[in-house]
Amino acid sequence: MSNLTRRKLITTGLAATAGAAGLGVAARLAEKYGLIPPDHGGFYGLGETLTYASQRLLTRHSFAREFSRSQISKPPFANEIPPQNDAFKRLQAGGFADWRLEVNGMVARPASFSLAQLKSYPSQSQITMVQCEEGWSYIAEWIGVPLSQVLQAVEVHPHARYVVYYSIDPDWWESIDMADALHPQTFLTYGMNGDELPVASGGPLRLRVPRQLGYKSVKYITRITATDSLKGFGKGLGSASPEGGYAWYAGI
Amino acid sequence: MSDSAYVASSASAIPAAVPTTTVPSRDSARHSVLVRVTHWITTLCFFALLVSGVEIVISHPRFYWGETGNDLTPTLFKLPIPSSRDLVPTGYGYVLPDQNGWSRYLHFQAAWLMILTGFLYVIAILLNGHLQRDLLPGKSDRSWRAFSTAIASHLRFERPSAAEAWSYNLLQRLSYLFVIFVLFPLVIWTGLAMSPAFVSAIPASVNVLGGQQSARTLHFFVSLALVLFLLVHVGMVWFAGFRSRMRAMLTGK
Repeated sequence: MSNLTRRKLITTGLAATAGAAGLGVAARLAEKYGLIPPDHGGFYGLGETLTYASQRLLTRHSFAREFSRSQISKPPFANEIPPQNDAFKRLQAGGFADWRLEVNGMVARPASFSLAQLKSYPSQSQITMVQCEEGWSYIAEWIGVPLSQVLQAVEVHPHARYVVYYSIDPDWWESIDMADALHPQTFLTYGMNGDELPVASGGPLRLRVPRQLGYKSVKYITRITATDSLKGFGKGLGSASPEGGYAWYAGI
Repeated sequence: MSDSAYVASSASAIPAAVPTTTVPSRDSARHSVLVRVTHWITTLCFFALLVSGVEIVISHPRFYWGETGNDLTPTLFKLPIPSSRDLVPTGYGYVLPDQNGWSRYLHFQAAWLMILTGFLYVIAILLNGHLQRDLLPGKSDRSWRAFSTAIASHLRFERPSAAEAWSYNLLQRLSYLFVIFVLFPLVIWTGLAMSPAFVSAIPASVNVLGGQQSARTLHFFVSLALVLFLLVHVGMVWFAGFRSRMRAMLTGK
């Protein structure tokens, strides 16, 4: 056996062993830390799983970049919004005084919050970027209460793994894992650039998830449900996005 | 096995008219199984990335420099094409079909497959000597004179000698090295620098590029450079003998 052939054999053997060991370790880690996204099935499941798992490992505690006040986009940009339904128009006519946020599911004390109640928590602000999957972006100051505080108030169950959230538009719902739900920058947002949150930007209430693309920051939030499984929600793919052909995890 | 190494060194030692006797026996492969398999996986992934990349770009064919950019901000440049989204002011009275959903899934799927293949390839060529033997320029070729001679002979469109079918010439080596160790890492980096989650963990990855929109613009230009390489690569294969080069990359013979 020549040197080169032996070297080749050793290299191939090493690569195969490393590959098999790597897969084994990866599967075990994925199981333990919940690194499999709900839309892991189908042709694109492998890429989605690799993206979600690697970013979860890398970014569990990392913070979205924050910007200086001078970097806020002027004029503020607002994306196209679908026509408002009658329920929204009625609440808008009343100055959103009757707007309610239901919080239920795996929580000890299900509750319904008015905007005034949400505003009674110490307000926080962040200057972060909204990035659309199309390619455009803008920076704004977002004012609100961290979702984690509201989840604490309702005593979310320690076994809850996801938070599902709904717009007043019944076709628009998303979900995030607890790493994002409890992240200090995930805000229930009611203000923008020192003012009320305009309807065009998601007012009166928008859930900001600044470490993911804009479509995860759902506008006009009315309901939040904590759960340990996404199977019973819609088609079980995690949110409306995968049902419409878009990835559930949008940290890209 | 060891003859191919011998040819590579003797070919560079005698740049002019390599005698045919140094061509190795026909039963050794021109391209190893590893090179052939990774080459075609990369080809497949590249086309998937290109098609899905074009689909993603047409949803917003405007480019910016800095952190942010949108329909209200000035552009660095615009592609003179219609868009797949109706908000973008393109000057066209119609929109193209929107294919972003599957394009984004496919883009990342192909990127992962290509990155894993690339890692396997780079580790293997470091270990098995392919990098040292066939990609890094031979000792006698590491001079400006050798470089300008090679450029001149290319500009005269001299047909490659028989020996060149068995080893890469100087310009080929340099362009492959540039693609493998400069363009591919750059396209991966500029891609990751667009990810809000990735840059939350490693903010410097986007800050040194000048911002998220700068990363997007650079990603576009590095992709263009890769497409340019592809065109020249296929052109050179055609020029050198399409059937035999194709056979070599498919069967090894």
